[in-house]
Amino acid sequence: MRVVVDLSRCQGYAQCAFLAPDAFRMHGEEALMYDPSPDDAQREQVLRAAAACPVQAILVDRLEGRDAAAEAMRS
Amino acid sequence: MTSRTEALQTFKREGRIVIVGASLAGLRAAESLRDEGFTGSLTVIGDEKGEPYDRPPLSKQVLTGWVPAEATTLPRRREVDAQWLLGVPASGLDVAAGLVRLADGREVPYDRVLIATGVRARPWPHEAEAALDGVFVVRTREDAAGLRQRLADGPDRVLIIGAGFTGSEIASICRERDIPVTVAELGPGPLVGALGAMIGEIASEMQRAHGVDLRTGVKVTSLEGDEQGRLRRAHLSDGSTVDADVAVVALGGIRNTEWLQGSGLAVGPWGIAADSGCRAMDLNGLITDDVFVAGDVARCPHPVYEYRFISLEHWVNAVEQAEIAAHNMVHLQADRWPHLTIPSFWSIQFGVNIKSVGVPTFADEVVITQGSVAERRFVATYGYQGRVTAAVTFNNAKWLDHYRKLIETAAPFPPPCPTPDQPVDAKPVPVDFPGPMLLAQGATVVVTGHDPDERRVTAARP
Ligand SMILES: Cc1cc2nc3c(=O)[nH]c(=O)nc-3n(C[C@H](O)[C@H](O)[C@H](O)COP(=O)(O)OP(=O)(O)OC[C@H]3O[C@@H](n4cnc5c(N)ncnc54)[C@H](O)[C@@H]3O)c2cc1C
Ligand code: SF4
Repeated sequence: MRVVVDLSRCQGYAQCAFLAPDAFRMHGEEALMYDPSPDDAQREQVLRAAAACPVQAILVDRLEGRDAAAEAMRS
Repeated sequence: MTSRTEALQTFKREGRIVIVGASLAGLRAAESLRDEGFTGSLTVIGDEKGEPYDRPPLSKQVLTGWVPAEATTLPRRREVDAQWLLGVPASGLDVAAGLVRLADGREVPYDRVLIATGVRARPWPHEAEAALDGVFVVRTREDAAGLRQRLADGPDRVLIIGAGFTGSEIASICRERDIPVTVAELGPGPLVGALGAMIGEIASEMQRAHGVDLRTGVKVTSLEGDEQGRLRRAHLSDGSTVDADVAVVALGGIRNTEWLQGSGLAVGPWGIAADSGCRAMDLNGLITDDVFVAGDVARCPHPVYEYRFISLEHWVNAVEQAEIAAHNMVHLQADRWPHLTIPSFWSIQFGVNIKSVGVPTFADEVVITQGSVAERRFVATYGYQGRVTAAVTFNNAKWLDHYRKLIETAAPFPPPCPTPDQPVDAKPVPVDFPGPMLLAQGATVVVTGHDPDERRVTAARP
């Protein structure tokens, strides 16, 4: 799956790193590093992280039907 | 319905829009055009092969070795139903005929066109030296893949030429991977061109504390290869040499505007001039109707900064301008949007999250307004003639919004510290930027004619 994080919006709250630790990692105190194409096995975790981000900075590909749930959560 | 509204409805239904440049701005504009209800034909032209991908990870996650360079394909917000012409550059724009010319001879007609051709890496000026094995720039996926492989092979020493954001990020990754690295910078310190001397000094200390061999005030004068054409050594302007098997040329970008020479648009090394609604200007400085610009290649006036024309090579600027341009392409003048967001930027290096809001180069003074420089957790605020114009945070991103509001409301400079952690050094100092480099580039236009109806501008090549 494909992911991009708007890092100008991200405030380093680290919720994503807590919910999907394989895809999102903190680098130092507050910088976020992420995997832009996490394994499909991580889908549920990544979608949960995207939904939990307090500033809605995580964008997940919407073209795959399975992402419809995330889309509904984000809008 | 007025005839204008009718014409617009017809255009939205059956018009032809062409986007040149299939990267961040181009993709986001295509998606936004569909969001805005444009159902006509949409063509996206891009000289890179493959789907649009994201560049910031190329100097971060990719070079640390975590993710492959091919992994940064951008997610899609929606279906765009466009015709993608990829792997072929546009070579010309005929504004009068409404045509984009492709390098392979094809012509693509449009009713409205969006230019989003961005920036390419400034190459090492000496061609034979640039071709040495081990010499890299980092702008494309292919660039990053090559360098990533080299770093994985464990080079003896990496030389970074230029300590801007990209160069500094790569130096940081080398240290993280325990690779010896030398950084050569012409200015007095890293990041000085973008953020001024005070941050430059802090960045210098940060690099040295992490074991970077930082050389400032020096120019790399030549790169030397061995008989097999592999990089071996660099010569510096202070007479010293650096033995290195990898060199990363990080000297900034060149805006991709050459293909627009002769188009009659206001193009030059500084980009394509446009209004704050992303409508391109012609050579005379008049706004055009059907040509729009977005992203790194655009140069737009910002009311908060005295309407000066500003080019920004920032991710979020490309995203926002793409949305503004898309909106304005399918609306009448009265309903168009200006792009008024305060610019913002981020960089990750040496474990520090560096962020900025505003335009730090638009300042005469700078002051630490909160936090501690020693702990690398602080905010530096920039002011111009007594008002706040920018702020830079080191591991203090949560405060950016506060400073954004100060900029938007033209709050007095220096602002008070908003927290109890009043910094010890709260005295404003001159901001101190190196002189404007663009002044050296010579005339781009000449004005001819006498009466107002005949006075016109033509392009001049310096
Ligand atoms: C290594 C790196 C790290 C970065 N890190 C950050 C960061 O941390 N934070 C941040 O805010 N920004 C960062 N950026 C900047 C950010 O990536 C850019 O602002 C963004 O890519 C701009 O998008 P764009 O679509 O305007 O231009 P570009 O991404 O440059 O895309 C332009 C596209 O047009 C194509 N093109 C050019 N000429 C033609 C032609 N004649 N015909 C057809 N196609 C053409 C190009 O090949 C390219 O695909 C970074 C950039 C790089 C390279
Ligand atoms: S949850 Fe959102 S704000 Fe927090 S670190 Fe992740 S992306 Fe950034």
